[in-house]
Amino acid sequence: MSDIIQKVKNLSIGFKSKKGEEILILKNISTNIKKGETVGIVGESGSGKSTLALAMMGYVKHGLYTIGGECEFNSSNLLNMKSKDLEKIRGRKIAMIPQNAGQALTPNLKIGYQIDEALQLHSDLNEKEREKKISELLNKVRLPSPETIALRYPHELSGGQQQRVAVAMALAGTPDLLLLDEPTTGLDVTTQAHVLELLNFIAKDTGTSMVYVSHDLGAIAQVSDRIIVMYSGEIVLEGPSRDILKRPIHPYTHGLLKSIPKLSLAGLPESMPGSQPQPGIIQGGCSFFDRCNFSEEKCKNKSPHLEFLKELNTSVRCFNYEKLLKESQINQNVNKIKNNSKDKEILNLSDVSISYAKQKLLDQIFNRISDDNPTVKDININIKKGETIALVGESGSGKSTILKSIAGLLRTKDGLIRFEESRNLSSELKERDPNDLRIIQLIFQNPDESLNPNHTVEEIIAQPLKLYFGLKGEELKKNIIDLLQKVRLGEFYISRYPRQLSGGEKQRVAVARAFAAKPDIILCDEVTSALDVSVQAAVLNLLQQLKEDFGTTYIFVSHDLAVVRAISDRVAVLYQGRLCEVGPSNDVYKFPSHPYTEVLLGAVLEPDPDIKPKLVAEDIVEEKPPEKGCSFQGRCSRIVGDICKKEIPPWQLTDSGNAIRCHIPIKELQKEQI
Amino acid sequence: MKLDNIYQEEKKSNFAKVSEIIITMASRPSGFIGLSILVFHVILAFISPYIAPYDFKAINPTLMLQAPSAEYWFGTDDLGRDVFTRTILGGRTALTITFFGSLIALLWGGLLGIFCGLVGGKTDDIVMRIVDAFLSIPWILAMLLIVSLLGTSTEVLIPALGFFYGKGIVRVARAATHDVIAKDFIVSARARGHSNFSIIWNEIIPNVRDAILVEGAMRWSWMLLGFSSLSFLGFGVSPPTPDWGLMISNARGLMSFAYWSVIAPIVGLSSLIIGINLTADAFAKALGIDRSTKAPV
Repeated sequence: MSDIIQKVKNLSIGFKSKKGEEILILKNISTNIKKGETVGIVGESGSGKSTLALAMMGYVKHGLYTIGGECEFNSSNLLNMKSKDLEKIRGRKIAMIPQNAGQALTPNLKIGYQIDEALQLHSDLNEKEREKKISELLNKVRLPSPETIALRYPHELSGGQQQRVAVAMALAGTPDLLLLDEPTTGLDVTTQAHVLELLNFIAKDTGTSMVYVSHDLGAIAQVSDRIIVMYSGEIVLEGPSRDILKRPIHPYTHGLLKSIPKLSLAGLPESMPGSQPQPGIIQGGCSFFDRCNFSEEKCKNKSPHLEFLKELNTSVRCFNYEKLLKESQINQNVNKIKNNSKDKEILNLSDVSISYAKQKLLDQIFNRISDDNPTVKDININIKKGETIALVGESGSGKSTILKSIAGLLRTKDGLIRFEESRNLSSELKERDPNDLRIIQLIFQNPDESLNPNHTVEEIIAQPLKLYFGLKGEELKKNIIDLLQKVRLGEFYISRYPRQLSGGEKQRVAVARAFAAKPDIILCDEVTSALDVSVQAAVLNLLQQLKEDFGTTYIFVSHDLAVVRAISDRVAVLYQGRLCEVGPSNDVYKFPSHPYTEVLLGAVLEPDPDIKPKLVAEDIVEEKPPEKGCSFQGRCSRIVGDICKKEIPPWQLTDSGNAIRCHIPIKELQKEQI
Repeated sequence: MKLDNIYQEEKKSNFAKVSEIIITMASRPSGFIGLSILVFHVILAFISPYIAPYDFKAINPTLMLQAPSAEYWFGTDDLGRDVFTRTILGGRTALTITFFGSLIALLWGGLLGIFCGLVGGKTDDIVMRIVDAFLSIPWILAMLLIVSLLGTSTEVLIPALGFFYGKGIVRVARAATHDVIAKDFIVSARARGHSNFSIIWNEIIPNVRDAILVEGAMRWSWMLLGFSSLSFLGFGVSPPTPDWGLMISNARGLMSFAYWSVIAPIVGLSSLIIGINLTADAFAKALGIDRSTKAPV
């Protein structure tokens, strides 16, 4: 067939371990990319999806090598081509858009120059034509005023704009195939939605084939015609996007879709047990066997083949797909979270503001902070014992900053942080006594960074136990094992190093360390965003379970609104370090009343091709909060008038106890939603 | 890519870790050569008093400036002393003094660097400016001043060399600490309320140890060169103790007609320096800190 532009045939890529064994990263992959088609490759980290995408442009990472098979592009095998011939194809015929455009652009060259460079390499245009083409390209990726953007340096653009420039550069060679490696992963929710919409438009407009690699089923659902699901180096399911998302017939995909939290459903989704096996461990049998709900005896020893089902136009690697075929729809069961909050107040922030501004000498001498327009301002939140309150907002909204101040890591400019109605917590770490520090513990986003790589699990969990309770010897060890069991890790983990654990296991160790201090409040800073989708639900369930057992209060920071929906009792929406809306999560999610909440919720990507994101506001990035008036004035689509620019909006209460800070009367705000 | 790391490994004893590092070092040609030279010199330093064929200070005017022969392998010097004996003994003082000097440099430089990196702020500013000021003083002038005031005894030389070669380690240790300090496990330890001492000892040192050790090994070879320069100038070891620097200095005037008396100590000194350098490089590579990608500060 001539409409196939890339043909992957029985491709296996692997590496040699220290012991000399051959370990496969990709196992016998065969697939075709058709002209004008967008194919999404989904999988967890380590599933081989990026390796496959790179092989499609004839690149094999250092340390890996091709064991067998071909990647055919225009009927020539890229994998044994000379680098001179590959140069002619890369950029011109196949272009790549990297994950982090900020790092992919050269920091000391102007945007226009960098695109010009790509044009010089990949087209035969002369200087004048190239100049015109640069504006054209920048226009195409919808960057405002291309002429001025071309004269800027990469650091002068926001993350979303940088990603657009990367798209423009990839389009410079008018490629037939565009490879996108997690192109929206580092971006804010609203920006992500805009970039995806742009990619959709470009695919239609230019007829370029796209291979979209991502771990995020929500993003994949928005762009792809066909989806390839990878697990442990194999294709486990391949078929039309809609069928795969609506009626997945492979147990892995099925379980995955069930475990992703959705905006429309409050409560924690079911979690999938275990985690993806390390390459080389599975010798015979199905690689998903350990985690599968449908597994039988034969799955253990015999590996299923990828079977093509003609009537569904789908390939599946499972013996028991028929069982799933009968299930017409995914029934997502959620465990409704119990609201454990008591009436007793545990933490109260009143008028807290935090400034990052560099202080003048005089202020330094008098040890004071002066800043008229601090990064975080007027935060008033009352947190009850046993509740989970979530702080949400885009990057730069000050949510992590507030967490740091609560933990005492960042000095506040003004305001009070009060614990249990009576005790004021000092804003300086040094002035807090050990007990003040014990009651508040942190869990971080990335367990790779929050666990010391040179400590064993035992040493990591022992630290708070030794520090706060002075435990030693047998008692210490017993406590550590107890804690490990509470986070569902076996005793044998005690002597392991973090690098020997999977992402989910590492985060469990971090959770165990936080609980070791017997804290009253745990600050969770994006605790699930570095984890794989299938592990995320398990960690959320664990956190909820521990909370119910210990009566701990969580302050949960996340940019993922669906996760927040699943776990939180109350939500506080922040924009530019100012609160926009605070209320019970059911109400905030049901009637998004503040214009910013509306924008945020509209941009959430769901793994459902029928739910398209609503792009309400422009994805401009503001560097600084406005000096006067409402914090959201710069992006609000419902500005009333001058009042928004001059006066800070008042707090308005709805009947259900939802507090909104907007100049538009509540009734009107809610009316427009219906 | 370190794909092998993902495989399960058991907790290893320190001995197993060290021997694994040495095996990795020796598996590279340059590392093997470096290690062999270094081990050869260290063994020689231990056994040379027992294997030396002649008395190093026996002066014999009848045997002045003899060319190498079966009896006197490397010939004799201007006082009729055996050059072979003096050469194999000549590295002992230099090796001992610079080894302990490097240890001192590592200790004070490393700890001060880590401390500055951790506390930051004004303390860091002030300490680092003082270190910079010292860095701007030519070390040899300062050494000469110290030696002429306090004499050339070992008790003076070791701390003085240790001090002057530790300044550079401060910068390296501080930079390595800055890499670690931003990580969440330090933030987490701070938030728990650990003392600075506990954070340095438990969290930072295990993570910067490798970088500092490699730097210390490099400083050792520089210090060796520095110490030999001092001897060459007459401020290191006092005669008649055999020392390469001193031997080169004594024999340099006779080079045109008695080359042997100067070549042997030169080969001894440079081979030891090259050996230490190669070993330090292999050590860095075995630990995964590649010096070719990071310029030393």
